[in-house]
Amino acid sequence: MSPAKSRESTRQAGELPERERAAIRAEIGRERLLAMYRQMVLIRRFEERAEVLSGQFREGTRIKKIAGFLHLYIGQEAVQTGFRAHLDPARDATVTTYRCHGLALLVGIPPNELMAELFGKVTGNVRGKGGSMHFFSKEKLMLGGHGIVGGQIPIGTGAAFSAKYRKTGGVSVTFMGDGAVPQGTFHESLNMAGLWKLPAIYVVENNQYAMGTSCHRGVAVESIAAAKAPGYDMPSFTYDGLDLLASWKTAGQAVAAARGGQPVLVEAKTYRFRGHSASDAGLYRSKEEVDAYKKLDPIQRTRADIAAANWADDAAFDAVESEVAEIIAAAVAFADTSADPPSSDLSRHVYAEAAP
Amino acid sequence: MIPASRLAPPLRASRPINLKTEPINGAKGIPLGNGQQLLSLRMAICQALDEEMRRDERIFVMGEEVAQYNGAYKVTKGLLDSFGPDRVIDTPITENGFAGLAVGAAMTGLRPVIEFMSWNFSFVAFDQIVSNASKMCYMTGGMFPIPLVMRGPNGAGPRVSSQHSHAVEALYSHFPGLIVVSPSTPYDAKGLLKTALRQDNPVCFLENEMLYGHEQDIPVAEYLIPFGVGDLKREGGDCTIVAINRCVHWALEAAETLAKEGISCEVVDPRTIKPLDIELIVESVRKTGRCVVVEECYRTGGVGAEIAAQLMELAFDDLDAPVERVTTTENPMPYAENLEHETLPKPHRIIAAVKKACSR
Repeated sequence: MSPAKSRESTRQAGELPERERAAIRAEIGRERLLAMYRQMVLIRRFEERAEVLSGQFREGTRIKKIAGFLHLYIGQEAVQTGFRAHLDPARDATVTTYRCHGLALLVGIPPNELMAELFGKVTGNVRGKGGSMHFFSKEKLMLGGHGIVGGQIPIGTGAAFSAKYRKTGGVSVTFMGDGAVPQGTFHESLNMAGLWKLPAIYVVENNQYAMGTSCHRGVAVESIAAAKAPGYDMPSFTYDGLDLLASWKTAGQAVAAARGGQPVLVEAKTYRFRGHSASDAGLYRSKEEVDAYKKLDPIQRTRADIAAANWADDAAFDAVESEVAEIIAAAVAFADTSADPPSSDLSRHVYAEAAP
Repeated sequence: MIPASRLAPPLRASRPINLKTEPINGAKGIPLGNGQQLLSLRMAICQALDEEMRRDERIFVMGEEVAQYNGAYKVTKGLLDSFGPDRVIDTPITENGFAGLAVGAAMTGLRPVIEFMSWNFSFVAFDQIVSNASKMCYMTGGMFPIPLVMRGPNGAGPRVSSQHSHAVEALYSHFPGLIVVSPSTPYDAKGLLKTALRQDNPVCFLENEMLYGHEQDIPVAEYLIPFGVGDLKREGGDCTIVAINRCVHWALEAAETLAKEGISCEVVDPRTIKPLDIELIVESVRKTGRCVVVEECYRTGGVGAEIAAQLMELAFDDLDAPVERVTTTENPMPYAENLEHETLPKPHRIIAAVKKACSR
């Protein structure tokens, strides 16, 4: 099997015919589709701004407000956006990798808080203690933001166990990259979920590279979900993760199954348009390959879908851009003017503060 | 106020004659009258779990063989019958999986208790314990404390060689965010486990297979033992022996022998390694001027190394001799009986160390 062949199949996996696209659009409805489009634009622009502020672009004055790792979700937005639309944040938990900016914005953590966290300020999402890889929300049941590949998979499994134990009717969605599939936690978690019929959804966002190692060099099977799911007594879904409509449709089916007590394994074939982290020179893939995938930009495809339905004109899309630009400018200003954490925070929260 | 460290009852065990030699287990103690009950250490743990599970439905017990098999060491005997399979859960052999599952459950409103059949197997779950459980509260700015109890036998078993004989007090004490409890008696085990189940931090609760059958008269009435409060297991004036877990019993044995030779030892049991009751240790050393630390961890970076360093910082002028360390020797545990004997910090080595400290 050649990499090229696999990538071709990836690209074509979700080419839904226009008739089907129209049907899904109708099911989603104008307001919801516009809302998802806006969310994806917010994630994209937020991260583009963060990338500039991390000092990666060296034209003119270098701006360095954001330090540490910066793993960008750019290109993958349609996956988590499609899933989030089916979840009830009062009872459905989500957890993801260090590539967590998108999910944090989707669950509704204020952009000010997130930008302040990237700046390492006390007003940040976790008081400047986590940075880019560790966004959390107790209220919205977003359980991170995790820095060890595969380390979050048992946590998502635990959230599903907890929902079943407490009989909340909730599900958990655990996002991971293709690079997490070879980790032991993947196997251990899916085995427990399959064994105990936990309301768990595992979403492999196959962006085709575990850092610089292509999926073909890291995973023994070509089709991750289809090949692995039977081993855990789970159904699988594989779809074009660069297509929001496919994502929304698949997510709906996956969430329904999990809510009924059937864990599922989902593979979203996607692509990250940026490097693994902001410091990645990307020498393991060609510019031609990246450019080919950029033509499948999920935001542009969603925009085309909305336009095809005549649900928005250029002025409306421009309005989304200006609204998002204002939110991000405000977030940067908030982060920039926020205070550093006090020295007393150094030893705070090592242990729980709440009385027993 | 009587310091909690003086409240621990004596190590007396009043086994009724009609019990003969049969092992005792389960959550229900043997009534002795006068508000006392006889418990083995495994029963003390079982009783603490039973009592706390009755008062808090968020607590569940999960691990290998904890339910239908009644525990590999019968520590959880009867819990499945009392609480059912939703709360007492057998897992596959999947330590990293269920340790991480417990972290996720603790983040979403539950209070998990996971049993490692042996702490040796916790190494398979090391990433979940260290990268997730120990850091979650801090790296979420206090948003997600992790109320989690991880428990199981620790230290050398009977002739089980290299891979089943680790003591992990020093290892897990290294990481901020974890609490490390290492009880030596049924009384301490019960009171400390109940405390562990009512607080919001990840606790490494280190038991010892060789002490599970150890019996003691303890009160029927409820009590809790706070973390960070050590206990004097024996009073004496010539030398302080700080001993942990099973080593407390070896230290007491050594102290008994030394007393016959005219050396009076004080045996301090810190009970929790993190937090550590250094005040009690310093108080004792101020009295004796000498200190021997006995532990089943290795010498390099062991608990003894930490205590010796803290004594240097806090009681330098009170020491009449260097702090001695009696630890597991720096080799993987051998199988052969004589080699195992020499590897462990047994009474003959404690006696030699005390004599050295006392220049005798």
